[in-house]
Amino acid sequence: MDTVIEREPAAGADTVLEVHGLKTYFHTRAGVVKAVDGVDLRLSRGEILGLVGESGSGKSITGFSLMGLLDEPGRIVDGEVRFAGEDLRQASPERWRALRGADIAMIFQDPMMTLNPVLRVDTQMIETVLAHHPVGRAEARRRALQTLTMVGIPAPEERLRAYPHQLSGGMRQRVAIAIALLNKPRLIVADEPTTALDVTIQGQILYEMQNLCRDTGTALIWITHDLAVVAGLADRVAVMYAGRVVETGATADVIGRPLHPYTHGLIASIPTPQTRGHALAQIPGMTPSLLNLPQGCAFRNRCPRATQACTVAPEPVEHRPAHWVRCWHAGEP
Amino acid sequence: MDTPRSQPPNGDAALLSLRQVQMRFVQPVDLAGRIANLFGAGLKTQTVHAVSEVDLDVAAGEVIGIVGESGCGKSTLGRMAAGIMRPTDGAIHYRGRNVAGLPPAQRREYELGVQMIFQDPYASLNPRMRVADIIGEAPVAHGLVARRQRTEYVAETMRQVGLDASYAQRYPHQFSGGQRQRIGIARALALKPSVIVCDEAVAALDVSIQAQVLNLFERLRADLNLTYLFISHNLAVVSHISDRVAIMYLGRIVELASAQDVFARANHPYTQALLKELPTLATGRRQYQPIRGELPSPLAPPSGCAFHPRCPHAMPRCKTERPLLRRIAPGHISACHLNDAP
Repeated sequence: MDTVIEREPAAGADTVLEVHGLKTYFHTRAGVVKAVDGVDLRLSRGEILGLVGESGSGKSITGFSLMGLLDEPGRIVDGEVRFAGEDLRQASPERWRALRGADIAMIFQDPMMTLNPVLRVDTQMIETVLAHHPVGRAEARRRALQTLTMVGIPAPEERLRAYPHQLSGGMRQRVAIAIALLNKPRLIVADEPTTALDVTIQGQILYEMQNLCRDTGTALIWITHDLAVVAGLADRVAVMYAGRVVETGATADVIGRPLHPYTHGLIASIPTPQTRGHALAQIPGMTPSLLNLPQGCAFRNRCPRATQACTVAPEPVEHRPAHWVRCWHAGEP
Repeated sequence: MDTPRSQPPNGDAALLSLRQVQMRFVQPVDLAGRIANLFGAGLKTQTVHAVSEVDLDVAAGEVIGIVGESGCGKSTLGRMAAGIMRPTDGAIHYRGRNVAGLPPAQRREYELGVQMIFQDPYASLNPRMRVADIIGEAPVAHGLVARRQRTEYVAETMRQVGLDASYAQRYPHQFSGGQRQRIGIARALALKPSVIVCDEAVAALDVSIQAQVLNLFERLRADLNLTYLFISHNLAVVSHISDRVAIMYLGRIVELASAQDVFARANHPYTQALLKELPTLATGRRQYQPIRGELPSPLAPPSGCAFHPRCPHAMPRCKTERPLLRRIAPGHISACHLNDAP
C-alpha cells in the first residue's frame, strides 16, 4: 500500500471514511463509561481494516457509533465522523435511514438474531432493495438472486424461498452478507461475523469477502478479537484497548513487527503447533473495568514495561511511516 | 472385524478405552406423522448416527485432542466418555473394566473419576448457587470431604485454579468469563478426577484469557497427573495442548496421530484441508482455498467415504466403499482409499 496517501491530511476522492477523536460515552448510574475514547480511523475505497481487541475494548461500540446504532445511554460526545465527506454526526434520522443499508451496511455476529425468522429470505432481500431503490419487485428479486450467487450460495433460487431456520449457520451468515451487499454499499462494518462459525466455513467467508472488496471497491471494517483472522485478510490493522487505538499500521508491520506491549502480548498468547510443550506467554490480569481505568496509560497495570512515565497518558506517535503507537516504551519485543 | 485399534504409545495401560462405541438418536414418527402417513405422507423414523464405531484408547496422563466441525459428533463422544450418555452400542472400559456391568460402588468410582468441563461458562453454572456451593456440593454429597471441612476444601480448590478464595460467597454473574471457566474447572477438580473431558472449554474466551486458561490446564495436568480429552474445533488450540489428535468427520474418526504427525504429515484429505483453513499470523493477503461445501446432514450421510463430496481427490471407489482406518505409520492411523494406491 502507498504510505503517502496514508498521511495525506485532506480527504482525497478515494477516502470513504474519516474518523477523528471519536468519543462514545455511556452515562450510567455507576458513572461514565468511556467505551470509545478518542478513536481515529481512515478508510479508502476497497480497503480492509481489521479492528482488533478483546471483549470490552470498545471495538463493537466503535462499529455501532459509525452506523448510528447506539442505544441509550450511549452517546457520541465528541469527535468527527465523515463518510465520503459528509458529517455523520449532523445526520438526521431520515438521513440515517437513507444511508444505512444503502451506502453503509453492517454484518453482525449472530445471523440467527439479525435475520427475521418469520420471513423468507427473498422477502427480506427484496425489502432491502425496495427501501432504497425505485425498482419493481421482479428487478429486486433478480438483484437478490445475483447477490446470493456472488457470496457463493449454491442453488440460490431454492435458498431464496427458504426461511432462515432452514439454513445452516454458515449459509445464514452468507445471506446476512448478501443483504449487506445488496445495494452496493461503499462501507461495510462487519462485527465478528465468523466467530460463531467453523474454521472451514470461516475460510470460505473470508475468501468471499476478500474477493468482493477487491471487485466492488467496498471498504470494509472487520471487527474481531482474533489477530490470526485479520492477518490474512486486512490491509491495515488497528488494535484497541480500553476504548483507544493503541497501535495501528499496515498488517505486516503491526503483526510482523509490533511495537506496543499489548500487541506483543496478544500475539504471544495465540497457541500454535510450535508452542506445544511450553507455557503460553500470558498477559497478566484481565481487561480493566471501563468505569475505573488506571490513570494515564490504561494498560500499565498489566504491562511488563510500565514505569513512572506511564501515569501520563501517551499520545499516538508515528514510529515508522504510517505505523502509529500509543506507548511511552514502544519497541519490538 | 480387523480395524486396527488406536493404541496409546506406551502400550496397554489404557485408563479409558472406547470400543466400537456408537450413538444413534432415533426420532420415531409421532402421532401427527402417523396420521399423515395414513394419507400417504410416507414419513419414516429418522435416525441420526451421531457417533459410529469409534475406538479410542486413552493412556493415563495423556492429552487427546478431538477435532472436527460442528455436528461431527465430537461432543457426543465426550459425553459418552464422561458417562453422561450411554452409548447405544459398543463398550467403554475404565481402568480395564467395562463400565456397563459395574457394581454400583465401582460405577460411582468411574463416574467421579471422569469429569467434564463445558463450553459455555455462562450456561453451565447455576446462577442461583454461590461459588462455594457449586464447587463444594458434590464432594460433600459423595463423601470425599467431611461437611465441616468444606469451606477449607473449597478455598483450596479455588486457589488451585487461580481464584481468590474470598470470592467463595459470590454468585457466578459476579465473575468475568475467564473466571467463570475457572469455577467450572474447580467444580470438576473438586471430585479428584483422573480424567477430565474438556468440551470446547476455551472456545468462548478471549485470546489472552484463553492463554491463561490453557496454561492452567497444563499446570494442573503436571501437578495432579490428569488425563484430558480435549474437544475443540480449533486445531491450533488442540495442537498446543495435545499429545495425540483424533480428527472426526460425520461421527467417525478419520485420522489419529501424534500432534506432531498431524501437523507435519497429515494423511487424510480432510485433515489437510482443516490445516489449510487454520488462520495463522502469516501476513500478506492470503489466498484462501476453502474446502467446498459444508458438513453433510448426519440424517442422510453420503455413501462410501462421507467426505467424498468435498474431497479434491475423490475417486469412483470413494462413492461406494467406506475406507477403514488403517495403520499408515507407527501410531498413525487414517481412513482413506488413497493409502491403498500402489
